Amino acid sequence: MPIAGVLAAILAAFLLAACGGGESKGAESTTATPPPGGQPSPTVQGTTLCPPSGSATSLTGAGATFPFPLYSKWIDEFGKLCDVQINYQSIGSGGGIKQITAKTVDFGASDGIMYDEQTAAAEAAGGPILHIPMTSGAVAVVFNLPGVQQGQLKLTPDVLADIYLKKITKWNDPLIVADNTGVSLPSTDIAVVHRSDGSGTTFIFTNYLSRVSQEWSDTVGFATSVEWPGDIGGEGNEGVANQVRQIPGAIGYVELAYTVQNNLPWAAVRNKSGKFMEPSLDSATAAATGVPLPDDMKVLLTDSSNPDAYPIVGFTWVLAYVNQSDKAKGQALVYYLWWAIHDGQQFTTDLLYAPLSPEAVAKAEAEIKSISYQGQPLLQTP
Amino acid sequence: MQVGRGKSAAGLAGRRPWGTGNLGDALARAVFAGLGLSLLAVALLILYELVLESRRSISAFGWAFLTGTRWDPVDQVFGAAPAIYGTLVSSVIALILAVPISLGAAIFLSEMAPSWLRSPLSFLVEMLAALPSVVLGLWGIYVLIPWVRDPVETWLGGHLGFIPLFDGPPFGVGMLAAGLVLAIMVLPIITAIARDVMQAVPSSQREAMVALGATRWEVILGAVLPYCRSGLVGAVILGLGRALGETMAVTMVIGKGYNITASLFQPASTAASTLASEFNEAAYNLYVSALVELALILMGITLLVNILARLLVWRVARSPEVIAE
Repeated sequence: MPIAGVLAAILAAFLLAACGGGESKGAESTTATPPPGGQPSPTVQGTTLCPPSGSATSLTGAGATFPFPLYSKWIDEFGKLCDVQINYQSIGSGGGIKQITAKTVDFGASDGIMYDEQTAAAEAAGGPILHIPMTSGAVAVVFNLPGVQQGQLKLTPDVLADIYLKKITKWNDPLIVADNTGVSLPSTDIAVVHRSDGSGTTFIFTNYLSRVSQEWSDTVGFATSVEWPGDIGGEGNEGVANQVRQIPGAIGYVELAYTVQNNLPWAAVRNKSGKFMEPSLDSATAAATGVPLPDDMKVLLTDSSNPDAYPIVGFTWVLAYVNQSDKAKGQALVYYLWWAIHDGQQFTTDLLYAPLSPEAVAKAEAEIKSISYQGQPLLQTP
Repeated sequence: MQVGRGKSAAGLAGRRPWGTGNLGDALARAVFAGLGLSLLAVALLILYELVLESRRSISAFGWAFLTGTRWDPVDQVFGAAPAIYGTLVSSVIALILAVPISLGAAIFLSEMAPSWLRSPLSFLVEMLAALPSVVLGLWGIYVLIPWVRDPVETWLGGHLGFIPLFDGPPFGVGMLAAGLVLAIMVLPIITAIARDVMQAVPSSQREAMVALGATRWEVILGAVLPYCRSGLVGAVILGLGRALGETMAVTMVIGKGYNITASLFQPASTAASTLASEFNEAAYNLYVSALVELALILMGITLLVNILARLLVWRVARSPEVIAE
């Protein structure tokens, strides 16, 4: 990895830490999954397409904090390849949606799907707006139970929802013990830890609980920030990881990367097909493999029906208008996005993001090809 | 909030106005008047912006926003009562802890410390005041919270758990931790100002007491403290102002529980911490508007505290002079 890239990632982590609420991922790599070395694509095989001459050499984007380390890496790499400088501000998904609606940026980025109210506002400002998937991430359920090893604790969706609803309050509750024969569970109270700041991680996690539990769906629902039934809020992934590590009997949810950085054990969660799955890049990618994906890609991957999928997974999207008002900038944007979903995918695993599945790449390709200027598609594929 | 005793300065400005035909004087007067008014303009602009941005929330919830206890971004129901409660209670805890220590430290620094110790100690106090709050927050997470959980909360819960204040599971994060962090933040401010105020007491006051045969303790109690008590009240109020608005360090240790409970062990929220946590990802207009209204309320609370402080200082400042006459 080039030094500049490492620096960018470290800088990103520091910047996010300084901002407090940010989610960051370190530049550490795992030995678990080797980089796939470029995602195969139906139309372009490993060739880098730079924007044609006359395209803009600078772009601005704003939005989600969750993919920021990856986006920084991409911006760095793409800038070296094609001489396009991209300025991405990780101000949060809500901010990204506001900025793209106000058209102060060339693209937005979000961990969640835009609300109807937001879509209406954006469409009024710039016409139809696309959700283009860039990568996906897994949310791990972490715990602090002395003597219980990583993956040993098995949780069914119902049990997980009941713990977060504060209906199950002791670790040796018969409902937990039923799935964990042979694991010694103490009689301690369960301290439920959640994110205190609004975040895409919370969006994915609560969306999962809403899908698997009618009661959760009715009483709490899902959003980047919800009215939690109980216990402790931690600021940022780091805050949650820290609370879980400090409090015996705690349970929490963090981005996968944070379990590795903080040495926190994760639980296996039962997926839709009844298999207990541990979070990993493979099981996260699987969530979007072999399942029907809509053309607009406004899909939440939680509780995937793929039998090899980890159930708490979500896409993060770039938001862009179909009808670009500036040809030069639109061209630079589509070539950047095209590069990101193909060659860019090789950088995902090192930073602990799950690469897009081939199905997701195909859908994203169609979306990028639809971006046009005065009715003319901006991307010229060979 | 240094209390001005400068009647004479105001009098001078009134009797001998600037600008006796000199262009330079007229120009200076205009420039400085503009600079002075710009402060007012900034304050009014902020107020205007806050009211403008929060009108959606104001029209949706009305006065019920002040008493509402739910903060549910999914159902789009917002109420500020737990945040107001958390803001006030955490600040009061901070003052209860910090004021006795600060006043004691200030008395020591001003009246008792040997001169070789005075400067290094004063320097340390001022350095503590300059500590960035995010650093204090990190220290809170890694050092203070584990200590608050065990032994502090475990002990309090075990021995005094029958008092509602100390009831509940010891999480570490929560109202008590926030109050402690705030106490550390306001401690140097109150100490530094209280010390300055005490040092401003004329030596003649002390000498008069000593001449009457008073001990050092009696001098402090009888001459120094009564003479500067309006300044001391001002120091405490400044500390309170800092505590009310403090954001980052509190956000990191308060644990964000959105409810009103007597227990100090429970996670809570302040107006500032809720804003800091949620503003970035506030996804729709009403949500943003409710957060801005929370900011407006926070501004209102600070304003109210300042007005009360003015009244208090004014009352306190008058009494010793009356006695003196």
